[in-house]
Amino acid sequence: MNNQYYSKLIFELSREGRQGYSLPRNEFVNHNLCDMPAQLLRQQEPKLPEVDELTVVRHYTNMSNNNFGVDTGFYPLGSCTMKYNPKINEDMAAHPDFTGLHPFQPAGTADGALEIYYNLQHSLAELSGMKEFTLNPFAGAHGELTGLMVMRSYHASRGEGETRRKVIVPDSAHGTNPASAAVCGLEVVTVKSLADGTVDVDDLRPLLDNTVAGMMMTNPNTLGIFERNIATIAAMVHEAGGLMYYDGANLNPLLGRCRPGDLGFDIMHINLHKTFSTPHGGGGPGSGPVGVREGLERFLPNPRVVKVSDDDGDSFMIQHGEESLGCISAFLGNFGVIMRAYAYILTLGHEHVKEVGPLATLNANYVKESLKDVYELPLDVVCKHEFVFDGLKDKSTGVTTLDVAKRLLDYGFHAPTIYFPLLFHEAMMIEPTETESIETLDAFIEVLRKIAGEASENPEMVKTAPHNTPVRRLDDTKAALEQIVTYQFE
Amino acid sequence: MSKVIEGLYYSETHEYVRVEGEMGYVGITDYAQHELGNVVYVDMPEVGDEFEAGDEFGAVESVKAASDLNTPVGGTVEEVNDALEDEPGLVNKDAFENWIIKLKLADMAELDDLMDAEAYRKFIGE
Repeated sequence: MNNQYYSKLIFELSREGRQGYSLPRNEFVNHNLCDMPAQLLRQQEPKLPEVDELTVVRHYTNMSNNNFGVDTGFYPLGSCTMKYNPKINEDMAAHPDFTGLHPFQPAGTADGALEIYYNLQHSLAELSGMKEFTLNPFAGAHGELTGLMVMRSYHASRGEGETRRKVIVPDSAHGTNPASAAVCGLEVVTVKSLADGTVDVDDLRPLLDNTVAGMMMTNPNTLGIFERNIATIAAMVHEAGGLMYYDGANLNPLLGRCRPGDLGFDIMHINLHKTFSTPHGGGGPGSGPVGVREGLERFLPNPRVVKVSDDDGDSFMIQHGEESLGCISAFLGNFGVIMRAYAYILTLGHEHVKEVGPLATLNANYVKESLKDVYELPLDVVCKHEFVFDGLKDKSTGVTTLDVAKRLLDYGFHAPTIYFPLLFHEAMMIEPTETESIETLDAFIEVLRKIAGEASENPEMVKTAPHNTPVRRLDDTKAALEQIVTYQFE
Repeated sequence: MSKVIEGLYYSETHEYVRVEGEMGYVGITDYAQHELGNVVYVDMPEVGDEFEAGDEFGAVESVKAASDLNTPVGGTVEEVNDALEDEPGLVNKDAFENWIIKLKLADMAELDDLMDAEAYRKFIGE
């Protein structure tokens, strides 16, 4: 139960002159600020909240109680793979031998850390059928940008950098795909989906010519459907001289069973914070390693970690390649996240890594089949790790997907991804992941059925949900139009 | 039930054209604004830009999604609706009143490829 007083903003709790801490004497008060430009010098004291220690503790403890995460409840957010983050990952990452590392310490004094970095590169390569990986990108979209820069470097190396500018993206793709291509200075062309949600090969064919840089796909696609024509598509794109990019957001169901490299993909990224159980918390830190097939590794970003073997055994070095596309991040990515993903892979091992996909697939199909009589299922087929409902089956009540999502919060579940993909009007994208028990899935199913009942009996109550959360419906429009993110002092 | 106005021309991507002389006012339909939800940004082209029928001329962003805008007919941009810069929500208030661009039409015959009110009503299932 939250205390309303302490849940106010920290600035509202501020009382002039109140102190919670005595700071050491400022030794730099008369420090010569040399040539610092005048406009950069602070003209007045910073307006910091003036609060006692207990108020600070109560304020932030109350705030933290408003958090919802995988550790507090079921989080079926489609396309996000909100699986449990095993605590052994945290134990490993928190080891003082890793937390005490400094990016500027000599490489020779961090051999163990470099070995872990190198080993993860190779575990990911083995699991995905790629030749080499870089772990430097900080997030999935950052990985996409890096991968597309590899694609550009490849075409540039063949003298086609200026002519091959077209990137083909399915209309069901994650929004990051066209966005990354645009940020990379490439031209986005959309290819249509068939009624079953997979890429329309006939719509793709006329798009393929000598201006194609490549095609971006996620498989299974955002509807959770495996792209059966993937080998044909890859062959067509390669025939036209383009490269195939795999968006690893949906890698989870394939893990250890089917490798993007074997499906014909040339470049890919992996979201460690999805498939490899590292936290999504608070928007980060994420990690989006990029893998490439043989022949493209020379373009990967600097710095690289390589193994050197001689008479004294193996050692690990940081290297800068000359043909590299350059640096895309400071140092070597989010090492703490890399450590967690490595711990996860070692925990599962070769044998158990293969159980992830089938369980994730089973859970998704179980939820889908248990609800399809009350929620509209546009594609009634076996899905992989996730599936999409098109809102409630009974549309006559006027209760929308947004209303259902809000009502779920009242029952202590996180909402699924809503209004994506754009192929359906009332999309509700559910991904349970493999880490949920049947009891949790049953409870979720029961609640969604109950909400469907409420929509018929008392639609107004569902339309005005949530009723039990710390805040009710927020004004999304105002939040988008008037972005005031600092405290407004009077 | 979305509003559909007689005498306008409609595209399958839910834009309309209102023709006045050799000018065409292009916007999104009432159905489209309803599906999008509250519009928070309208990305518009520059006066003088030229488009062919089907070209993307901007985008409309709502709390729910961002959608490209495709012009149903070709032409040169004579005017953009500046009011939408400060108040994109006007599109939700009245999508037909608040057109997005005014085009000098390149080829009146292109209008024949578009739907009339009755066909559009059928297209959106109403």
